Amino acid sequence: MSVDVQDIVRRFGTTAALKGVSLSVREGEFLALLGPSGSGKTTLLRILAGLEGSDSGTVHIAGQDMTGVPARERNIGVVFQHYALFRHMTVFDNVAFGLRVRRQRPSSAEIAARVRRLLELVQVPELERRYPDQISGGQRQRVALARALAIEPRLLLLDEPFGALDALVRKEVRRWVRSLHDSLGITTILVTHDQEEAMEMADRIAVMQGGRIVQLDAVGALLRDPATAFVAGFIGEATRLPCQVRNGVAHFDPLPVLPLQVALPDGPAAAFVRPAEISVRHGAGTASVRLCRTEGEGPARLIVQAGDIMLDALANPGESFEKGESCRLSIRGSHVFAESGERAQGVPLAEVMVG
Amino acid sequence: MSDDALHTAPFRPAWQDRPWVRRLLAAAAVLVALVMLALPLTAVFVEALRRGLPVALEAITEPDTLAAVRLTLLVALITVPVNLVGGLAAAWCIAKFDFPGKRLLTTLIDLPFSVSPVIAGLVFVLIFGAQGWLGPWLQARDIQIIFALPGLVLATLFVTFPFVARTVLPLMQEQGRDEEEAAATLGAGGLQTFLMVTLPNVKWGLLAGVLLCNARAMGEFGAVSVVSGHIRGETNTMPLHVEILYNEYQFAGAFAVAALLALLGLVTLTAKTLLERLSGRNGGLV
Repeated sequence: MSVDVQDIVRRFGTTAALKGVSLSVREGEFLALLGPSGSGKTTLLRILAGLEGSDSGTVHIAGQDMTGVPARERNIGVVFQHYALFRHMTVFDNVAFGLRVRRQRPSSAEIAARVRRLLELVQVPELERRYPDQISGGQRQRVALARALAIEPRLLLLDEPFGALDALVRKEVRRWVRSLHDSLGITTILVTHDQEEAMEMADRIAVMQGGRIVQLDAVGALLRDPATAFVAGFIGEATRLPCQVRNGVAHFDPLPVLPLQVALPDGPAAAFVRPAEISVRHGAGTASVRLCRTEGEGPARLIVQAGDIMLDALANPGESFEKGESCRLSIRGSHVFAESGERAQGVPLAEVMVG
Repeated sequence: MSDDALHTAPFRPAWQDRPWVRRLLAAAAVLVALVMLALPLTAVFVEALRRGLPVALEAITEPDTLAAVRLTLLVALITVPVNLVGGLAAAWCIAKFDFPGKRLLTTLIDLPFSVSPVIAGLVFVLIFGAQGWLGPWLQARDIQIIFALPGLVLATLFVTFPFVARTVLPLMQEQGRDEEEAAATLGAGGLQTFLMVTLPNVKWGLLAGVLLCNARAMGEFGAVSVVSGHIRGETNTMPLHVEILYNEYQFAGAFAVAALLALLGLVTLTAKTLLERLSGRNGGLV
């Protein structure tokens, strides 16, 4: 089902958690709400689920106004951060809960058949007699998902569902959830603060900051074309370099980095440089290599110290550096944001100067 | 270091005291418990049976005593369910909802613990007694509260109110609202959520609270003493009856009734312990 959020404002006491959020999610889409803690993403999710009210604004799901519709009538599946499984019920009873509380309750044979099918679907059919505290975190996650899917939700909300899993399990469960989404086709909204997770799972990402959605785009577009300095810094592995624009040139003094040509007004600005946009060369310079790590066949990953800033960089293919070796840096190009929020593409002044 | 040295110094976790410290502390605790708790209780039973079981039984089956037993059980039978519902409701709304006056309610729950029971009794006399605020109004309608069953029930209700609320509240607070929210998103209504999620999660704590509440309801002396009027066979509960018998130098009877009262308390305590063990074995589930 499509979701349409218009100008949602939500205050807690004097602080505003959401300051006018609008969002539209397409039917069958997997969308991630990505932001640091306190950006309002969980509040937005709770408003969609009907667990929280909004001070103003509207939510439409499949064209239907959700104002005043309580959570229990919304038919939205939610997987909570800590799963919130019913601790006194078996896995079977947990999954069956949503079917048993229905006004037109299916027969117990039908409930049993559906619960087993769901446990089959989430690949834990052997756990039906266990209690939540007798199974692992990854298994709980699957059970929570089965329980949410049991009500045949028209929308699935996932609130930081992978945070409690260890790294290895997380990666696997992430892929599996995404493939499940693709086979079931349920519109899904994922809340996360982990950009890697959002990029791996979502079709589009809504980046949230301070109660607002600052950019909503596909992963590639976010990387290629960050709308604000915050997005440029939050998404991808860019390093922020403060600079000073004078006459259309960004100077990085006192950092040992060559200036960039940029169409911005004079004044302080910041460049966001991705590892692949930095070229590191052997030779006497004021920057030094702090770490050089080769991973398989790709180029070596470097951490280069320039002044008091640590930059992530990639070596040229086949090249390698000694730890502590001094080197020279130049930037092939980067997004530069003026303090006003104005943004421009920085390009090297001239190839001759770089050489 | 040689292997011998390793063998002669047994491993002791860093957080543990030396063995003799532990033993000394444990011995002190056991000694205090024996002298202060077990000894008096044993004395009650020994004294009750000093002149043999038949004498004790005779004292218990005396009509006034039987009336006291009946009255005590009746008061408990009324008070405990009322406080079960009241305490549960109080704990539930404090733990699961935000509302103005929540702090005040939390403090009020503890009031009976901090105020002397005698004062509680006096307050009810002041309100409902013949010279009290509502006294004339009640008298005109021939309603007797003080020196009658309603007064006993009111005083006991006041004194035993915190037991259920205080045992259930921390449990509910610890569990938070997550499961209730999950139930709501799955389509459960308020009552369904309460019966299927909230209540089962606290049922062992609730039972323990009910048993404690019951023990106190049967054993309460101070508040009940003020509102009772000590009318034998009518408004005398077991603890009051024990005092009357004792003051009349009927020691055998006094100790027999006291033993019976203590026995009721012990049964309650045993039931509570069994429940705790049962809930522990099931990991707090089922």
